[in-house]
Amino acid sequence: MRATVPPNPFDELMNSAQSLSDGNTREQIVSAIFQTSQAICHETVTYTKQEKRYETEKLDRIFTSKLWGFPIMLAMLAVVIYITIAGANIPSSMLAELFGWIEGYLTLAFKAMHAPDWLHGILVLGLYRGTAWVVSVMLPPMAIFFPIFALLENYGYLPRVAFNMDRLFKSSGAHGKQSLTMAMGFGCNAAAIMSTRIIESPRERMLAILTNNFVPCNGRWPTLILLASLFMAAGYTGGWKTLVTAGVVMSMVLFGIIVTLTVSWVLSKTALRGVPTHYTLELPPYRRPKIWDTIVRATLDKSLYVLKRAVTVAAPAAILTWVLGNIHIGDTTILAYMAHALDPFARELGLDGYILLAFILGLPANEIVLPVLLMGYLSTGALTEVDSLYSLKQIFLDHGWTWLTALNMMLFSLLHYPCGTTLVNIYKETKSKKWTFVSFALPTGIAIAVTFLTTQIVQWLGLL
Amino acid sequence: MSNHYEYTIALAGNPNTGKSTLFNLLTGLRQHTGNWPGKTVIHAEGFFAHNNRNYRMIDLPGTYSLYSNSADEEVARDFIIFGKPDVTLVVLDATALERNLNLALQVLEMTHRVIVCVNLMDEAKKKGIRINVNQLSKKLGVPVVPISARNKEGINELLDTIDRMVCGDIETNPIVISYSRSIEEKIAKLVPLVQETIGNEYPARWVALRLLDGDTSLLQALQQEQHRLLKEVPHYACHCSAKSV
Repeated sequence: MRATVPPNPFDELMNSAQSLSDGNTREQIVSAIFQTSQAICHETVTYTKQEKRYETEKLDRIFTSKLWGFPIMLAMLAVVIYITIAGANIPSSMLAELFGWIEGYLTLAFKAMHAPDWLHGILVLGLYRGTAWVVSVMLPPMAIFFPIFALLENYGYLPRVAFNMDRLFKSSGAHGKQSLTMAMGFGCNAAAIMSTRIIESPRERMLAILTNNFVPCNGRWPTLILLASLFMAAGYTGGWKTLVTAGVVMSMVLFGIIVTLTVSWVLSKTALRGVPTHYTLELPPYRRPKIWDTIVRATLDKSLYVLKRAVTVAAPAAILTWVLGNIHIGDTTILAYMAHALDPFARELGLDGYILLAFILGLPANEIVLPVLLMGYLSTGALTEVDSLYSLKQIFLDHGWTWLTALNMMLFSLLHYPCGTTLVNIYKETKSKKWTFVSFALPTGIAIAVTFLTTQIVQWLGLL
Repeated sequence: MSNHYEYTIALAGNPNTGKSTLFNLLTGLRQHTGNWPGKTVIHAEGFFAHNNRNYRMIDLPGTYSLYSNSADEEVARDFIIFGKPDVTLVVLDATALERNLNLALQVLEMTHRVIVCVNLMDEAKKKGIRINVNQLSKKLGVPVVPISARNKEGINELLDTIDRMVCGDIETNPIVISYSRSIEEKIAKLVPLVQETIGNEYPARWVALRLLDGDTSLLQALQQEQHRLLKEVPHYACHCSAKSV
């Protein structure tokens, strides 16, 4: 832009306008327009079906009320998580059994063909087991969680969630639409990064990108659910166990949201300073969705997605881990060697070398963190057949796990750097190496700080 | 196919009002799409003829307001102000008239060559919503045409109204929104300054309001526009990379 002849009449005009205007000019303008619209409608529109007219308004008065909005939202979240956990257990173990049964035959087939051991190792113990694990652990919860989510969305409830959350995001200096991109993040952070395009202002979009990672995605739900049910709800049985597990997972989600808001707030006061912009959120009328359609489509979409990811990401990673766990330098494997190097630092965070290594090797996809960890723990160098959750817990206990280890792993999983796909998307969307690095370093720093503090506080209080 | 045109029509409206349905219905395959210059906002224009007059229609991005909150809103606002369309057609959703009217009122502050088109009349009827179109037209001070773009109802009446407006057969008298006293006082102070700076080319009351709202992007656009006028570049739009669909 070029400056015109000084003094610029446009600048003078702007200055005099600014001296006249006060903070709430926009509100006064908008409310005058709204009142005019209302008055015109009052004279020109009549409603012959009164009962239909206020349905949505009545529901909104409850769902978006200042008093009930949040309790209802939390209750819904709790119910969704509860159903997911309660419903996923049985199909998960059935799938695991099925895959184990198939594996027996695969092994027989390899033997019948006189295939070399290393080939059987890579293909069956590495590739097949890794993929089977991801599918059997991830598919059932996702096949329950996403249809419920889709139903809530199609009923029209999700926009109300955004409406409720808007107040929180605005007061932390972020854009209200960030709650929508956050909701996307429950499915997949990489997809959510793309969805931040709905936020116009670059500043607020960057906030949404940098904090999206703090909601657990597809790949991290199973880790959270599994560790919560193994360690946090250990003292309970039956329905209570599920309830406590759900409670722990939900507090993780809430903690993630609190971190999101806090980080947004700090950034909007420092590196990304500015005020939130206005936006209009359309609250569509509530309508009953085609229930079966929604369930079938969401289930199929998610199942295909999980399967595709299992094959494209988890399978190569499983092979790599198998190779690292089976190549010996001296008398230790490369995997063990790396884990030992990481151990002292990991101990400070209440983790151990293998856990940290699993997170590092899990960079391509969060789904494989637990499988890699198990492979590391088992000197066989291949993922065990996990026939029951209790043998799984025994493996952890044998490696010195306590509830604190589990808690720290959950916290680290919730807060650490985004997966490889997400980082690539962040680079594509921001076109900035600097911000991509920040989106890696910031969550990692927070994850390290939080787990370190948790460990120190628990030890200091002598809670263990 | 030749795309000569004598008149330009801008199509404005909220998202999900059937604006694009109407656009496609009127222009059919005679459409060009591209980007607005320097923006990542889709620019769609189409052509049609009625009563031997050739029209160009610009499908503005669907927005809820014209306060330049976003690139979409800026594009829509700039075209209505600087593109100087012969008619701005505002499409409203009959089932949510009150909310949709907000945009119509904002357009009416910017230009008097407006036709309001109430779409989705069939859906409104189903929901038991009755709209007194004559009364609405009287209140707004511009022609109001009820249509149902999906069912191709009311389209001829709409085209005739457009025809009569470009011929100058329709006198409009857009509603003037009265603001709070303090705002009105400020407008009164600012309007002479606005006229002094930018002349009578643009609606001074509206510009004053935007300035009071702290809209610097509008001022920048006005400034650029004056540079352009000084350099005598004839047309505002149409330098998008158009390609035939």
